[in-house]
Amino acid sequence: MEWEAVIGLEIHAQLATKSKIFSGASTAYGAPPNTQACAIDLGLPGVLPVLNREAVRMAVKFGLATHSKINRRSVFARKNYFYPDLPKGYQISQYELPIVYDGWLDIELGEGETKRIGITRAHLEEDAGKSLHEDFQGMSGIDLNRAGTPLLEIVSEPDLRSAAEAVAYMKKLHALVRYLEICDGNMQEGSFRCDANVSVRRRGEHRFGTRTEIKNINSFRFVERAINYEIERQIEVLESGGAVVQETRLYDAARDETRSMRTKEEANDYRYFPDPDLLPVELDEAFIEEVRSTLPELPDDKRQRFIEEYGLPAYDAGVLTATREMADFYEAVARVCGEPKLAANWVMGDFSAMLNKENIEVGDAPVTAEALGQLLNRIRDNTISGKIAKEVFEAMWAGEGSADEIIETRGLRQITDTAAIEAMIREVIAANPKQVEQYRAGKEKLLGFFVGQVMKASKGKANPAEVNKLLKKLLSEG
Amino acid sequence: MIDKSVRELSEDLHARRISSEELTRHFLSRIERLDPRLNSFITVCEERALAEAREADIRLAEGRAGPLTGIPYAHKDIFCTEGVKTSCASRMLDNFVAPYDATVTEKLKQAGAVMLGKTNMDEFAMGSSNETSFYGPVRNPWDTERVPGGSSGGSAAAVAARLTPLATGTDTGGSIRQPAALTGITGIKPTYGRVSRWGMIAFASSLDQGGAMAPSAEDAAFLLGAMAGFDPRDSTSVDRPVDDYLARLEDDIAGLKIGLPKEYFTEDLDAGMAKVLEEALAVLRGLGAEVREISLPHAHLAVPAYYVVAPAECSSNLSRYDGVRFGYRCENPRDLEDMYKRSRGEGFGAEVKRRIMIGTYALSAGYYDAYYLKAQQVRRLIADDFRQAFEEVDVILGPTTPGPAFRLGEKLDDPVTMYLSDIYTIAVNLAGLPGLSAPAGFIDGLPVGMQLVGNYFEEARLLNVAHRYQQETDWHRRRPPEFD
Repeated sequence: MEWEAVIGLEIHAQLATKSKIFSGASTAYGAPPNTQACAIDLGLPGVLPVLNREAVRMAVKFGLATHSKINRRSVFARKNYFYPDLPKGYQISQYELPIVYDGWLDIELGEGETKRIGITRAHLEEDAGKSLHEDFQGMSGIDLNRAGTPLLEIVSEPDLRSAAEAVAYMKKLHALVRYLEICDGNMQEGSFRCDANVSVRRRGEHRFGTRTEIKNINSFRFVERAINYEIERQIEVLESGGAVVQETRLYDAARDETRSMRTKEEANDYRYFPDPDLLPVELDEAFIEEVRSTLPELPDDKRQRFIEEYGLPAYDAGVLTATREMADFYEAVARVCGEPKLAANWVMGDFSAMLNKENIEVGDAPVTAEALGQLLNRIRDNTISGKIAKEVFEAMWAGEGSADEIIETRGLRQITDTAAIEAMIREVIAANPKQVEQYRAGKEKLLGFFVGQVMKASKGKANPAEVNKLLKKLLSEG
Repeated sequence: MIDKSVRELSEDLHARRISSEELTRHFLSRIERLDPRLNSFITVCEERALAEAREADIRLAEGRAGPLTGIPYAHKDIFCTEGVKTSCASRMLDNFVAPYDATVTEKLKQAGAVMLGKTNMDEFAMGSSNETSFYGPVRNPWDTERVPGGSSGGSAAAVAARLTPLATGTDTGGSIRQPAALTGITGIKPTYGRVSRWGMIAFASSLDQGGAMAPSAEDAAFLLGAMAGFDPRDSTSVDRPVDDYLARLEDDIAGLKIGLPKEYFTEDLDAGMAKVLEEALAVLRGLGAEVREISLPHAHLAVPAYYVVAPAECSSNLSRYDGVRFGYRCENPRDLEDMYKRSRGEGFGAEVKRRIMIGTYALSAGYYDAYYLKAQQVRRLIADDFRQAFEEVDVILGPTTPGPAFRLGEKLDDPVTMYLSDIYTIAVNLAGLPGLSAPAGFIDGLPVGMQLVGNYFEEARLLNVAHRYQQETDWHRRRPPEFD
């Protein structure tokens, strides 16, 4: 029996505003408990929310970047339920009229194939606080620093058909919100987290199967594993004649399994109604156009431009535009050295390798785009070879100075003087009569050996092209 | 001293004929002597009031004083006051000392008014008789066996007995106007959005509005002028300049068009009330006003719509009282659910719990459309009725209440009858309009009021009409005989 999975994601992106969505308290992460919760965040009697305009701007930015419709009038509603870290006994969210709806995002499936994933809606809401159950011996601690942090909840259509597609979609969104600078994307700190709705059905069936919702998954890897586990679990239930129960499940990363949290019957009736403390959010064209004018070039557009403008392969363009920082860095390098392909090889190669090795971001790299561009210029003007450039790059990374300084102090300037190279070649020929004999007898493979010997003799500084040319000439002279 | 108007008191203060400290001591001593019979205060702030009075005297001496500087007032215990208990007359907040001032508190402080204390009220402003207070009922100074009305019953009784020249109130369905009528004083609820709700503990957010209570319209104009104004901390506050209420008090009302809703003037209207209103209309006609009949066809739907919207909002607004962060928490909770249930079960009184249950029900899945949504539609119809009426008339006049003050306990076990005591005031809140109640006569020795309703932001007109009326009548000067 062939089964097909149907998946929709709800992604909570924490908006990168300085203050909370309805109060002036700071949103900075990691402060001591309850030091960033003001009277409004605590839900004291008599307090009232005032909407943070910046959060609205960010939501609109997201909407415009995902080809979504922007509601000219959206409404905040109260979602009522009791929980100790929910100070007011309700969460201010948007329900019937979200600020953003009906958009899409294309994901790459590999081999140049793309798939369009619908975005049902994206709405603004406030985050709750945190309950800490470990440290208080039989009691729970409440930290309300996070209470009131602005979230954009992005709900996809059930268009995803595998865990891999879900991850591709999530990664694409992750890159996008960072491009837009509306979310820092920090998954460890919970700035970008995901709930997955999963169901399965027989291939060819049009109706959806009963779905379960997996809550609060906070890494790409866990999303993939949790969804795959859940698909397998549901198939097993159905194939053994059972029925999937509509419920909320939790993913336990340690055991790599999902387990039931609450069933539909136990679910809260949230008693949504429009929040009478807040006016509807009315947006005019001028505001929307103003936000549109602040939109950066989006990842898909940038990727296409890299292909066309720099003549890069689609793969390279994709890698280089994965984050805005990487793309900006690449473009700066390419501008300085004037050779886009060389710049791409270096940024994707040695530079990215160092970032990965040291686990740091582009912005924290000790080598600037300008400096890397200058290094590549020395390759282009034959001052050094590509191989020597790697040595220079490592020295630059270690803080030894600019490319030119390092080439100078280490004496790495390439030898292009024909006479000097000829002299070295003659020494190598003299020192290796047996190989010369074999070469002349037709074993041309040995050319590499001679090149290596000459390069070694020149400490890598001889111009490889020149070495090749002269070697062939001198070896054949006999 | 207690018969002087705020204007006269202010003149005396500015002329240094009396000090604010003397004035404040005078009212504090009246509270001490007379309030045990009324129970109109929850907290009396003697030392604090005297300190504020001395501060006001310095401002008066230095010429930095405004019209309210040095004038004592009583503050409904629904407004947050930094450092002073703000209980909302609930066991739930019996231990709550607000860490911040309401905007109204702040504005009155800046005006130099002296806060005598915090007045009793129905618990969380839910009630029409001031019998639901955790601190016991307030009594009506005209007959201490009767209720003063509610929910601003403490403020009303305190003003009526002249324990204070002025008091603040809040009005969600009539909570300023109904007790004002039943105690023979003037009370105005301004347009929704005119007075900031920041720091005013919420009952029903889309209906709650702070306002002023005083013997006369002129006195109320002094207080309202200091309370009103745009506040960026309240998103529903309206950014629009405040009219000069005092400057417009004396405006001529010749040609003023007064509308009488035919739905109010039926054979169901109490005969005594009909007579009182007839006499009031004669006075207003004498001042040149024209009277004509209007229609508010959806008036009969106001009470049912209100008792869906207000409880719905209250059920959500009161969710924050969960025993977790502040307020009452039950002893030795077994677990979280037990803490919630007992903290709320023990911390709230019966009427509050009744409304939370009604509201929770009305918002529940499957009932929302039939109740909450329908009530909001009715609300629009009611507002449309008024909009049409104001195309024809300047103010609408009617009774404030069906009759005079009822006996303590009389309606307490009959919530529907109790709810109907606000039948004339509720529509005004649903539409967000300004309404004023002014003393208009007596029935069986008990005061009753007439209600004036104006178009949006027409507070100045309401105060003007009431003031001109009060220049021709002395109902607002009558004081309960046993509270000299």
